Amino acid sequence: MAMDTLVWLLPLPPLLAFFLIILFTYPKKGLSHSISIGAALLSWLGSMVVFFNAVRKGAEGLGEHPFGSAVNWLPVGKGWFQIGVTVDPLTAVVLFFVSITILMITLYSVGYHNFGQPAGDHDRPGLPPEGATQDGHRVPSIEPLYSRFFGFISLFAFGMYTLVVSDNLLTLFVGWEIMGLCSYLLIGFWYGKLSARAAMIKAFLVTRIGDVFMLLGIAFLYSATGTLNFREIFFNEEVLHQLTTTPAGFLGLSSAGLIGILLFIGTVGKSAQFPLHVWLPDAMEGPTPVSAMIHAATMVSAGVYMAIRIFPLLSAGAEHGALTSPMVVIAIIGSFTALFAATISVAQRDIKRVLAYSTISQLGYMVAAVGIGAYVAAAFHLITHAFFKALLFLGSGSVIHGMEHGVYHTGDHLDAQDMFNMGGLRSKMPVTFWTFLIGGLALSGFPIVTAGFWSKDEIFADAFAHGHLAVFITLALAALLTAFYTMRQISLTFLGGSRTKAADHAHETPWTMTLPLVVLSVFAISFGWLGIPEHFPLLGGIIPNWLGDFIAGSLPHSLVEIEFNWIPLATSLTVALGGLTLGWLIYRDLPQGAEDPIKKWLGPVYTLLENKYYFDEFYDRVFVKPATWLAETFTYKWLDRTVIDGFLHSVARAAQAIGSFLRNKIDLPIINGFGDAVGELTAKAGERLRFIQTGKVQQYMLIALVVAFGTLFYFLTQ
Amino acid sequence: MSLGLFIFFLMVVVTVVAAVAVVTSQNLVNAAMWLMVALFGAAIAFVLLQATYIAVIQVLVYIGAIAVLIVYTIMLTRNPDEKYGPGVNKQWPIAAALSLVLFLGLAYFYYTLPQTDVLAPALSGDLNAISQLGALLVSPNAYVLPFELASILLLAALIGSIVVAWRK
Amino acid sequence: MIPLSWYLIFAAALFSIGLYGVLARKNIIAILMSIELMLTAININFIAFWRYSLPGQMAGQVFAVIVFAVSASEVAVGLALVISLFRRVKLIAADEINLLKW
Repeated sequence: MAMDTLVWLLPLPPLLAFFLIILFTYPKKGLSHSISIGAALLSWLGSMVVFFNAVRKGAEGLGEHPFGSAVNWLPVGKGWFQIGVTVDPLTAVVLFFVSITILMITLYSVGYHNFGQPAGDHDRPGLPPEGATQDGHRVPSIEPLYSRFFGFISLFAFGMYTLVVSDNLLTLFVGWEIMGLCSYLLIGFWYGKLSARAAMIKAFLVTRIGDVFMLLGIAFLYSATGTLNFREIFFNEEVLHQLTTTPAGFLGLSSAGLIGILLFIGTVGKSAQFPLHVWLPDAMEGPTPVSAMIHAATMVSAGVYMAIRIFPLLSAGAEHGALTSPMVVIAIIGSFTALFAATISVAQRDIKRVLAYSTISQLGYMVAAVGIGAYVAAAFHLITHAFFKALLFLGSGSVIHGMEHGVYHTGDHLDAQDMFNMGGLRSKMPVTFWTFLIGGLALSGFPIVTAGFWSKDEIFADAFAHGHLAVFITLALAALLTAFYTMRQISLTFLGGSRTKAADHAHETPWTMTLPLVVLSVFAISFGWLGIPEHFPLLGGIIPNWLGDFIAGSLPHSLVEIEFNWIPLATSLTVALGGLTLGWLIYRDLPQGAEDPIKKWLGPVYTLLENKYYFDEFYDRVFVKPATWLAETFTYKWLDRTVIDGFLHSVARAAQAIGSFLRNKIDLPIINGFGDAVGELTAKAGERLRFIQTGKVQQYMLIALVVAFGTLFYFLTQ
Repeated sequence: MSLGLFIFFLMVVVTVVAAVAVVTSQNLVNAAMWLMVALFGAAIAFVLLQATYIAVIQVLVYIGAIAVLIVYTIMLTRNPDEKYGPGVNKQWPIAAALSLVLFLGLAYFYYTLPQTDVLAPALSGDLNAISQLGALLVSPNAYVLPFELASILLLAALIGSIVVAWRK
Repeated sequence: MIPLSWYLIFAAALFSIGLYGVLARKNIIAILMSIELMLTAININFIAFWRYSLPGQMAGQVFAVIVFAVSASEVAVGLALVISLFRRVKLIAADEINLLKW
């Protein structure tokens, strides 16, 4: 099949799966998950075919002539607005990781939702399953809304595929919004919990803020250039030049600058950068595969993907090495977020919260990379992060499952997600332990053998080489904290002795959950070796920097190769190994019931970190409460009820008054009275004139004759 | 005064007196007798007018049938304890006045009208009068239709009177 | 010798007397007799006109013949009604038959 056609078909299997599951196979759990996995598999196979063909065509060829085609969709003026698909090198590598992670997560969900287990004793749709009794033991029970989950996951996959393969900003935005919807639906999957309901609304509204600005950017771009096609904008010198030279009339920015910033605000929302980061930790309310999907593989990556996509626009007008105003903004926000989130992560107790803030932090890395112009590094880190973050989330889900086994067994009521209730799970859940360790080391940037090292190192190298020292130092500090809290997490969870009886009784999860972990860990290790820079000591040059060359083919201009420097390498090694060691030392043998040691070292700072710098409370006071007041009091009570309804009520009363006036004063007396009077008058006249009817014939005749003679006499004398 | 004139005046007096007696008699049978006299007087008038056939019919039909019928009815409807009160009702003065006015008006009218001040024209010698009348009555170009209608009327009256007077 | 007007006046007199009888007599049969008087007067009128206008044509008498027929039938029916009425209410005084009074 021709590549152009195949690319069109990639988003379709998940969409079809969604409709089939929701409309037809809803009652059949096994069939639903099979359809969903089958669709993910089909799309993965298609993506692999596209990827290999893309690799075969090579970077330059694909960059010049990407796969794909466009169709006329909307008639505008004399021409057509076209939409279509395109696969250039960036798309190809993104398809690679998106398709495999979606497949792994879908497979994982089968085991996560306890397929094959009995239905729960008190399970209700909309609440997490709470266990069933089997042979006297309490065992985990199957999720009541099983099929619904797979339907939504498939819809989510459809949204991501659409976004990745689209060739214009409009269909990208469509995919973007579909994923926003699915994140809403899936975060609030257990809608019976109040916290989940609040989280789903929060996620949707916060990302919406970003989406509104992004839409403004899209509209501005369209009105300035008349097109939204990537090829026509980003590869077109004249268009870019025109955009950079026309002022936007706002803060002295050029059009390109303002558009870049507006579009970037979409990324801030979707990829949870400061200040729109508040939704992501709460999004942990959803089931763990959802967290993996949203926060590792797909949705947050979409934000960074879009930022990478519009890189030519962002960097237009700048001399090489210098930064344009949008890039400055992006770099500042990215690096700040990286450090900010990492500090919060240090003080979290919930295993998923740590990963959530870690995601925010790593996204900050990627965003900062885009901001300083490290195009290839940003894409590289995007891909490696998807793998190891998905791995970590799925691993944490496996840990929670294991802990829940223990909770059911012992009958304790404790939080299965609190790391301080775990410990010593290394021996109980070996596969989970080793894969989690690999993921954690990748996250920390453990040298050579993990993919995370290579991608992070490239960002450091780029930042240092171009002299952006503020960014470099911030990211280095963030890396130190990242390694520290990662090791903290691993130590608390897996090492040492079990701190609770539940942890004692935990056991390994089924193959549907551990297989994806293994697959992802393979990629977490090996993927980095595709991007070893040429000039790296010892190892550089053995394997060519295939990834760097390939991705660079997506840009119209070629990138300059960075010279190797020892300082960034040394820095990254130090912070990674240092942080890991520190974390291991402090947390490896924490006894049961002990407090977090850094609590007393940091004192009040710890409370600040634990409460996420009170940002949620701040937003609540400043934005949420006034908005609620505006809606409830001002608009509803005053405007709607009092003014509008009052007006309507007075109109109704006036109409009623007029009606009753007309009725009582005019209709009844005059009109009815007149009618009645006619009848009564006739009756009275009849009564008076009755006496004429005597019944005597002769009298009648006499009267007739008298009248006749009278008339005759009258006429005769005329 | 010729004979014709004398008989005329005699006839007038008799008939008028009889008529007055009809309307003023309290005794019904007397009134019926006087009616016969009045009708006979009218027959004389017809003879004077040389309408001999009509005169005979008058006697036969009116006096012979109608007046007799009236007498039968008087006999059939006699109330044994009926007293002969005044034969007229309460409105008789007005009725009298009305009749008088009518008569005077008509008399004046006839008297002053020039067309009525003529004498009788001479009769031709043709005396096939009755056959001519008969022919007229049954001739399709003449008066067969009124004749037939009159016969139907008589039939209807016949049946009707039987039905009305039927004793159930 | 006799002008037409005399016959006419004579007929008018008979008619008026009959009219008086119709209006003033109590007994229904007496009323019917008065009606006969009136019809006779009418006949005299017709024949007088015939004699004084076109005595040669017998057509003038046809009307009188018809009037005979009509008056005969009318009297017959009227008397039948009287008999029927007498059977019901046992009296034939016109001013006491007032069932059509309001």
